[in-house]
Amino acid sequence: MATFGTLSDRLTETFKNLRTKGKLSAADVDGTVREIRRALLDADVSLDVVKSFTATVRERALGDEVNRALNPAQQVVQIVNEELVGILGGQQRRLQFAKNPPTVIMLAGLQGAGKTTLAGKLAKWLKKDGHTPMLVAADLQRPNAVNQLQVVGEQAGVQVFAPEPGNGVGDPVRVAKDAVAHAQRAQHDVVIIDTAGRLGVDAELMKQAANIRKATNPDEVLFVIDAMIGQDAVSTAKAFQEGVDFTGVVLSKLDGDARGGAALSVASVTGRPIIFASTGETLDDFEPFHPDRMASRILDLGDILTLIEQAQQAFDEEEALKVAEKLATEQFTLEDFLKQMQQLRGAGSLKKMLGMLPGAGGMKQQLENFDEREIVRTEAIIQSMTPAERRNPKLLNGSRRLRIAKGSGMTVTDVNQLVQRFEQAAKMMKTVARGGVPQVPGMGPIPGAGGYGGGKRQAAKAKKKSSGSRSGNPAKRAAENAALASGATPAGPGGASGSGFGLGGGAAAGAGAKGAPSEEELAALQKLLGR
Amino acid sequence: MAERASWSLGAALRNVFGAKTIDEDTWDDLESALIRADFGPAVTEEIVDRIKAQVERYRTTDPRDVQRMLRELVEERLSKYDPTLKLTERPAVVLVVGVNGVGKTTTIGKFAKFLRNYGRSVVVGAADTFRAAAVDQLATWAERAGAEVVRPEREGQDPASVAFQTVEYAKRTGTEMVIIDTAGRLHTKGGLMDELGKIKRVVEKQAPISEVLLVLDATTGQNGLAQAEAFIRHGGVTGLVLTKLDGSAKGGFVIAVQEKTGLPIKLIGQGEGIGDLTGFTPHVFAQQLVG
Repeated sequence: MATFGTLSDRLTETFKNLRTKGKLSAADVDGTVREIRRALLDADVSLDVVKSFTATVRERALGDEVNRALNPAQQVVQIVNEELVGILGGQQRRLQFAKNPPTVIMLAGLQGAGKTTLAGKLAKWLKKDGHTPMLVAADLQRPNAVNQLQVVGEQAGVQVFAPEPGNGVGDPVRVAKDAVAHAQRAQHDVVIIDTAGRLGVDAELMKQAANIRKATNPDEVLFVIDAMIGQDAVSTAKAFQEGVDFTGVVLSKLDGDARGGAALSVASVTGRPIIFASTGETLDDFEPFHPDRMASRILDLGDILTLIEQAQQAFDEEEALKVAEKLATEQFTLEDFLKQMQQLRGAGSLKKMLGMLPGAGGMKQQLENFDEREIVRTEAIIQSMTPAERRNPKLLNGSRRLRIAKGSGMTVTDVNQLVQRFEQAAKMMKTVARGGVPQVPGMGPIPGAGGYGGGKRQAAKAKKKSSGSRSGNPAKRAAENAALASGATPAGPGGASGSGFGLGGGAAAGAGAKGAPSEEELAALQKLLGR
Repeated sequence: MAERASWSLGAALRNVFGAKTIDEDTWDDLESALIRADFGPAVTEEIVDRIKAQVERYRTTDPRDVQRMLRELVEERLSKYDPTLKLTERPAVVLVVGVNGVGKTTTIGKFAKFLRNYGRSVVVGAADTFRAAAVDQLATWAERAGAEVVRPEREGQDPASVAFQTVEYAKRTGTEMVIIDTAGRLHTKGGLMDELGKIKRVVEKQAPISEVLLVLDATTGQNGLAQAEAFIRHGGVTGLVLTKLDGSAKGGFVIAVQEKTGLPIKLIGQGEGIGDLTGFTPHVFAQQLVG
């Protein structure tokens, strides 16, 4: 019995059964709805939310909407997706800044939700955007919370206002108040107040939080909640809403395998938007929250938009165009390959990027085990080649290969594998660049338009295999190219009815219909591909 | 002291047990109450089915019988495992593990005090060298509890070596109890879980590890199960500590965790005070949970 597994795994499983049906009967819908209910409960979505959610989905799934559709299963997927986005707050909301600085942001939440770490992340993020944030240590309760904030502040490179030593000494309300005055004097335009963790049922501490709020009149009160929280999310969120009335939610520890339950519950019960998501241990693992993308994540449709954004950040556009041209004229060399790889590394964790691909939920384990150092090794091999060799790998005879192997500290087999993989990848990319559908060697052809989901799965498989061996990278490139190539498909032929990978196709169509990947984004995407 | 709401299921179940007779509503309400207490859909279904069967067998219509059955059932399921801590080795080494923010450091502080109350000498090892100021936080707790603390010699030291030094210290000074704090880690991070395995191996070179306690936050939902499984696989967990039971969360997921993993709950934490840690008694827990 599959009791574990994430929400997305469960729903994917459910939809798999549904996708084989041509027409939906009431019994089918009921069965699906029951599965959705269970999946949501297993994912810790609160019971009330589940009840209303399943009722709506059932109603819509049985309505005309579905019966008229070409492929009812896809329609159900779309309904679920739309409802999820609806609950998660529809549009993405940005942080509200005060007209007259300083903007005051107060953080509140349960103990261990991750407030202090988040304060650092937020500060760093704001600093990157050209603000001059200041952190305020108003958690005077927990032993050494003040110290922790100071360390975090140092890491983020921002000033920390900590007049009190903490450990139960000092009045947090006064500290917060003084901090705002201090910020005005010292020209900080954002003040982030870290408060003590408190339980929703602790009236006294709740009052203290309310007093801090009153004293500082913050522009944003962010409620930090652990993504792993269970059914209690609802009562906690309600208690905080009544106690301090937060304006937005931050979801922390989203890098674990608990994916969406708390987010759904809190957003739906309090009606407050989720503004940020915190996804890792370092101060950079922090991103604005996109409800539509989260819904896709939950449904395991992947998070293509974020992936593209990150890729765009990492890849120099000009460089990309050059590469595309080279690809088309078959001049793509190991040198370009190396350059691309280095850019890719600039994008941050490969694992994280791969995790955003549709269907990646199922290969979490493999992703975790993928050694990023593989890329470094591949780089070492290429760097041990002479420029001539890099430009023309055909030069590589046995003795040259031996030299390269020695130079990079690898074996000749590794060098051989790299060269072989490079050739395959180059061939594949050529095909993509010319607008064809790539064939992953040994994997068979990728199903046509439905390749949205399918292509990735296959490419992912290729990646999985190779991750054990020397070079995860060419395959990674392939995967990414496939992702980009197929990402462009929804603009053209649209859905893939009846395809074996109907889920992907349907979703792509659905997303297209909703305008999720807008023309603009698609254009950007194609530019990225250099087409 | 502020007034604190009870964390028992009582309020949610009052409707169920207050009714005049057992009908369909009883089952719906019971199911909802259990799910809200994080029992999870599978365990909830099992419990409801069992009680339904019993009600049929005894032909009772009194909802108070349902309450009694529920209490007995929960107690029975909880008491299948032995909650005694095994600390007979000298030194008795206890490794405390868990995901981020569940209250590991706080639990260690309380646990040290708990052991000190029995007159044992205690040393705590600050092997959480990752989180900012975690070492200081632990030191503060150790001071309150009257325990020794072994700190890392330099910033970012390998946690395994801190653990090693702590056990070494205990052996040298004849300290009876060793408690080692580890950095919080999400169970999905392979590398960090391997680090845990390393800490364990390194410590075992010095002395056998008596207990590996996994700290679980009562507010955690069904993800608690995934956490427990991963930590068992990598850390060889021998017992559970349930924290933050002073909130509104019921921690019903521990039933599933206990049964799926066969690990007993050994300690429960119910507050921020240093004395707020007690041993686990199935009877009392079931009583509090069901009311």
